Amino acid sequence: MSGSSHGTSHFWVQRLTSIALIPLVLWFCFSVARLPQMTHEQLTAWLQSPLNATLMILVVSVGLYHGKLGLQVVIEDYVSNLNRRFLMITIVTLLCGLFAVLGVVSVLKISLGA
Amino acid sequence: MAEFTLPANSIVKKGKTFEAPAGAKNVRNFLVYRYDATTGDNPSIDTYQIDTDACGPMILDALIKIKSEVDSTLSFRRSCREGICGSCAMNIDGSNTLACTMAIEDVEGDIKIHPLPHQPVVKDLVSDLDNFYRQYAAVEPWMQSNSKPVGGRERLQSKEDREKLDGLYECIMCACCSTSCPSYWWNSDKYLGPAALLAAYRWIVDSRDEQTDERLDALDDPFKLYRCHTIMNCATVCPKGLNPAKAIADTKKMLVQKNL
Repeated sequence: MSGSSHGTSHFWVQRLTSIALIPLVLWFCFSVARLPQMTHEQLTAWLQSPLNATLMILVVSVGLYHGKLGLQVVIEDYVSNLNRRFLMITIVTLLCGLFAVLGVVSVLKISLGA
Repeated sequence: MAEFTLPANSIVKKGKTFEAPAGAKNVRNFLVYRYDATTGDNPSIDTYQIDTDACGPMILDALIKIKSEVDSTLSFRRSCREGICGSCAMNIDGSNTLACTMAIEDVEGDIKIHPLPHQPVVKDLVSDLDNFYRQYAAVEPWMQSNSKPVGGRERLQSKEDREKLDGLYECIMCACCSTSCPSYWWNSDKYLGPAALLAAYRWIVDSRDEQTDERLDALDDPFKLYRCHTIMNCATVCPKGLNPAKAIADTKKMLVQKNL
């Protein structure tokens, strides 16, 4: 028997992103909790700080990548038809990629004031 | 897709009832799954009322009594009747275990007995375990070594190295663990399952085996190994008290360390 040699990388990256998401999601929750007290100008200024913009980009990109990895496992678990499985994983990958780029561009747009 | 509902020919119907002899005082109801592939009928649940005063203490004793005295058409596997052969593995009171080591008095109410879950049924409580045994063979569960043993005699092992095999070598291949695993139910054609992976790890950590890297490489696959989602049913039901989930987690750890 032989392995297909990409099980371990998927497993390991899923763990790495989940560990990274612990502080990132905590920071995100505390930040969102402060939003109602802010004016639009204050919020824009807050997201223009390099640290906040970097962390927000990480929340969006790492979160969506972790979500893509998790959804892929769920689809592999429950969808046994190989064509349907390939189609669903492709759709999930493209959607996660689209939302990640959309999120990052949005943060950059506010952050860079474009 | 994963199967969430039973196909029409698998829906279980109510079967026959075999009443206890007159005068029996301590009667227990045994609700047993019956299926015969040769008749084309749907499976059914037969009820056997057994006088426990005239029966041994274990579930297997009751099954043997049913087959000997009440209904000789009932089929089940059994051999050692002391928890070492693994033949009488079945689903009792909703949990996979060995009929020979499960006491009747430990089950409350009616005693429901089904074959091991999500396996093809040959007849009644006899499951088709061909795939399970093929997966065991696939991990090549024997010592592989290219070097000559020192002095041309047996290969020695330190006490510490031998202790690494404790909790691994005791597996009796009853299939309670693999057939209790939802991940195995959905993907048993590709996921090796806890029993085969426990056997694989038993040889991975054996100090005398020289194919450790090859064994690990063979398991580096999204399905063979990584369908284990640490559900832990395997460790909960193992009648020998083993923990296949830990062996699988340790295998994953070794693979990560090897590939980093």
